[in-house]
Amino acid sequence: MIEVKNLTKHYGPITAVRDVSFNVAPGEIVGFLGPNGAGKTTTMRILACFMPASGGSARVAGYDVFRESMDVRRRIGYLPENVPLYPDLPVAAYLEFVAEVKGVGRSERKRRVAEAMERCLITDVQSRLIGKLSKGYRQRVGLAQAIINDPHVLILDEPTIGLDPKQITEIRSLIKSLAGEHTVILSTHILPEVSMLCAGVIIINKGVIVAQGPIETLVEQFFPTARVQVEIAGPPAAVREGMRRIPGVLEVRAEAQEDGRSTYVVESARGRDVRAEIFQLAAQQRWELRELKRVGMTLEEVFIRIVAGEDAAEAEETAETAEAPAP
Amino acid sequence: MRIWPIFKKEMRLYFTSPIAWVILTIFTLITGYFFYSIFAFFTLASMQSMMNPAMARELNVTDSVLRPLFSNISVILLLLMPLVTMRLFAEERRSGTIELLLTYPVRDGAVLIGKYLAALAVYGVMLAATLVYPALVLYFARVEWGVLLTGYLGLLLMGATFLAVGVFASSLTENQIVASITTFGVLLIFWVIGWSADYVGGVVGRVLTHVSLLEHFDSFAKGVLDTKDVVYYLDFTIVALFLTLRSLEARRWKG
Repeated sequence: MIEVKNLTKHYGPITAVRDVSFNVAPGEIVGFLGPNGAGKTTTMRILACFMPASGGSARVAGYDVFRESMDVRRRIGYLPENVPLYPDLPVAAYLEFVAEVKGVGRSERKRRVAEAMERCLITDVQSRLIGKLSKGYRQRVGLAQAIINDPHVLILDEPTIGLDPKQITEIRSLIKSLAGEHTVILSTHILPEVSMLCAGVIIINKGVIVAQGPIETLVEQFFPTARVQVEIAGPPAAVREGMRRIPGVLEVRAEAQEDGRSTYVVESARGRDVRAEIFQLAAQQRWELRELKRVGMTLEEVFIRIVAGEDAAEAEETAETAEAPAP
Repeated sequence: MRIWPIFKKEMRLYFTSPIAWVILTIFTLITGYFFYSIFAFFTLASMQSMMNPAMARELNVTDSVLRPLFSNISVILLLLMPLVTMRLFAEERRSGTIELLLTYPVRDGAVLIGKYLAALAVYGVMLAATLVYPALVLYFARVEWGVLLTGYLGLLLMGATFLAVGVFASSLTENQIVASITTFGVLLIFWVIGWSADYVGGVVGRVLTHVSLLEHFDSFAKGVLDTKDVVYYLDFTIVALFLTLRSLEARRWKG
């Protein structure tokens, strides 16, 4: 549904996006992740046909964003960052305008506007001026204008930024309800949001894609180990030694200590569950086992590892160049 | 071309916000004042000419009321028209709504024409409000219909040119004040450029006279309908609108 190949965008001497390639399958929700200024908005603007790429190509809904921009625009719904709307228009009038500009037929227009308002829960504010609405409502009006033409592809740039927790939950469930019939690409830097909404993620940093794929695959790729957290009251050295001898265990770390009880993190090969053995070990040695649980690796850790790793590598590189003696 | 929805939206924005109302009010107030003073002066002159037949021969409504009225209106337009157009693109750029507008399935040209026609419609309402003055004159005296028609045609064409320049300036910036001052500056220069023709003389002088916005309006106010003047205003308008289209497309240039 979205095919991006070697996309590059320069702003004068600055390269905002370099050689970005990815695909999004129909009906998928994909999260576009990255720190601020990583090139998320630039990529989305290119996909939405707001500006052209400097190099590479992008196809949305089967059409080239540069050469067949009108065909693309008819099939997308776009919500830019900061949700730009006309403050002096009432909600319903605004949505009617959008529907008309997007080519929704006269006979269908009323129905589509009503439907979009209902889906986005803004029917009760339809006659109020957009400028008088709260941020959460404005965001929903923004979403309503995006879905009003029943687009194949939704491009949402930071759809939950600046909302309170309740509004965030509402917007998320709204976006989730859009999946399946629409292909959604949404950018964010809120990581739990991606785990909650998206099947796949694309992580971009400094204009370059550093990782992409389904979340589980990424976690496996970047954390090849499984993790178990254990709380045991027993002689720390013996506990550690005992656990390390369990086959498959790669590393045992003591995390916290509190009157005789210690918390350990046991890393083992992925796919190997060592909990039963730890339990037996504790039972044998008559150590008091307080807690034994598997710890999942979160996307957040993946993200931090990738982005921080990149930055560290780059810092090293610059340091090396700096140290190189001048000829 | 989806011009109509853009036009409707712009009209809504003009009239739901106070802009159009304020401009209309100020415009009718000032033109009303000018009409009153011109007409009052004419009445006074007519009264005096009852005692002086030589003066009466010189006196006619067209020359003493309509022509000065038209040139006064044209000066007021010079000041007010930049305010009609300044928000058209600048405001959308400032608030970011242009990003949505230009990613809807409409061509840049349709957006431009829709907005321009909306500004033209506001101007149409302004001009329509001034029809009261000739109507009043008509109630008391005979008016030469030809002068009235060419006068209004001239105002319409000149206003259309002003608006086109204003739309262009508005497309260049995201600051409405910058847009309106630029418009005013450009219009004023093209307005007064003909004055220097007198001392420049020769070919340059004739060129300067020809590009002057004011010179071409004079013949309309006199009741002369010359294709040369009509073409001048139309050309000016088309060039300004074409430049606007280019400036909108500038973001699509591959960087």
